[in-house]
Amino acid sequence: MRFYLKYLVLALVLIVPTAWAEPLRVVASFSILGDLVKNVGGEDVTVTTLVGPDGDAHVFEATPADAKAVGNANLVVVNGLGFEGWIDRLIKAANYKGTVVVASQGIPPRQLKEEEAEHAKDSHGQDKHEGHGHGLITDPHAWQDLANGQRYVANITAALAKADPAHAEAYQRRGEAYLAQLKETDQWVRGQLAAVPAVKRKVITSHDAFGYFGAAYGVQFLAPVGWSTESEPSAKDVANLVRQIKQAGVRALFVENMSDPRLLKRIADEAGGVVGGTLYSDALAPAGKPGDSYLGMFRHNVPALAAAMAKN
Amino acid sequence: MNVLFDWLIHPFLEFSFMRRALVACLALGLGCGPVGVLLVLRRMSLVGDAMSHAVLPGAAIGFLVAGFSLTAMSVGGFVAGLVVALLAGLVTRFTEQREDASFAVFYLISLALGVLIVSTRGSNVDLLHVLFGTILAVDDVSLLLVASIASVTLLSLAVIYRPLIVECFDPEFLRSVQAHGAVYHLLFLMLLVLNLVAGFQALGTLMAVGLMMLPAAAARFWTQQVWTMAAVATGIAVLSGYVGLLLSYHGNLPSGPAIILTAGVIYVVSIVLGSQDGLRGRFLRSRHLQA
Repeated sequence: MRFYLKYLVLALVLIVPTAWAEPLRVVASFSILGDLVKNVGGEDVTVTTLVGPDGDAHVFEATPADAKAVGNANLVVVNGLGFEGWIDRLIKAANYKGTVVVASQGIPPRQLKEEEAEHAKDSHGQDKHEGHGHGLITDPHAWQDLANGQRYVANITAALAKADPAHAEAYQRRGEAYLAQLKETDQWVRGQLAAVPAVKRKVITSHDAFGYFGAAYGVQFLAPVGWSTESEPSAKDVANLVRQIKQAGVRALFVENMSDPRLLKRIADEAGGVVGGTLYSDALAPAGKPGDSYLGMFRHNVPALAAAMAKN
Repeated sequence: MNVLFDWLIHPFLEFSFMRRALVACLALGLGCGPVGVLLVLRRMSLVGDAMSHAVLPGAAIGFLVAGFSLTAMSVGGFVAGLVVALLAGLVTRFTEQREDASFAVFYLISLALGVLIVSTRGSNVDLLHVLFGTILAVDDVSLLLVASIASVTLLSLAVIYRPLIVECFDPEFLRSVQAHGAVYHLLFLMLLVLNLVAGFQALGTLMAVGLMMLPAAAARFWTQQVWTMAAVATGIAVLSGYVGLLLSYHGNLPSGPAIILTAGVIYVVSIVLGSQDGLRGRFLRSRHLQA
């Protein structure tokens, strides 16, 4: 017995320090948060991202592997503002008892009107929109404003430092450096958009994710009238969109998630619009492509927006 | 008068996508009308449906190889459809298996293969959406393709018309006077696949078969002459396209289903009112006999 005990003590002495040196296991709910955590955490954390690049966090279905990752995590980072409706169930199912960091903590939330309804009124007068409710919903896409991004980074830095005090200093150092990059990018975005006259800063987009971006940087995002990304468009939908583009004098079109990319091309040709390409809003691009990081997303989106708006 | 003009004509004057969609319907109707009629006469109505699924893996492979390229997807779809038609035809000719069974087997294999290929490419561009197509998106290239296929179909049918009809009604007779009866059958299947490829550009694979079979089946109630029947089928297809597009425009309905459902309504009307073997003839005659 004593013989075994000796080995047991030896084993503990050997194992425990390595266990402490193991990086903090952090689960981030979606790819943009994952990138923020990696930038602050560096080599002191391993990040698991639940909704990966090009994934849609609105309709995410957790797999058993996701539940396992959450169950084993030291820290879970979520966006909040109602973005991840599924996270509470997942945390409960995974029996995770640790801290859940809400990265958007402290950001004044923006209310999102049913943009369709709002726009249908001002472009057609009487043409009121039918069906959906007119209620206000909280816009969760706060990260599209780099000032909010800085708040995210501050929240994540504080949470990491608290969860892993041994490396608090390293988190602080990397957090500061990353914040400086965010500030620099913020200035760059303003510079890029300043090149476009204020009256031309209008874009028609099917993304509902640019409310914070538009408010922060003075760009008007119009929703395509009556456009639903889910169903097959009717001739009336297409006709309305063509009329809207002509009336608003907007040529910059970023309408995605269409059942058929040829349709957008057709609409642009008919209305004299310009198809602006891909905007990343809710998810990053796969690694190696432009837009595969939080800052890379701005570096990709902003020139695309500026180039298309310059043609308005 | 003005209201009628606004409802029936103005949408097509105001928007070029409406005009293009209408022209696409015309071209599709010209090709699919005669092919559909021959399918109905040869009791192969469901083969059209089977072949439309068989096109899927070819289009998927075309998409994987060349990205979102109309040419690659059309060629891929054509080749895949042809392979299935050939294999099914060969099995039918050389074994005891009936044609419906062999077609079912090969199209199911092809469909499963297609779904497999589509799924492995799980990107955000949903290929299945593309395969459902929309006639509102028809561009110059697809319009040219659809029109060319209609021309090829009409010319080829004019050439092989006689032996094809003979083969329809009496394959044994054709075999006795001419050695290559199967050639006409295969040529016809090739035209079928071509027209389905044209249809999936415009309407998606599922709806394309609708524009082929419904007008042909409806035309059967109006005439017994094969060519007249083909002309009536083409007319019904174009009318369905026109009415369907107007419904989609005024009623805010998806265009593909609107067109096919219009054709469906015309079919039901034809059953009731058709001059050949329709319900009208049957009930009028019975009343006549009673009196």
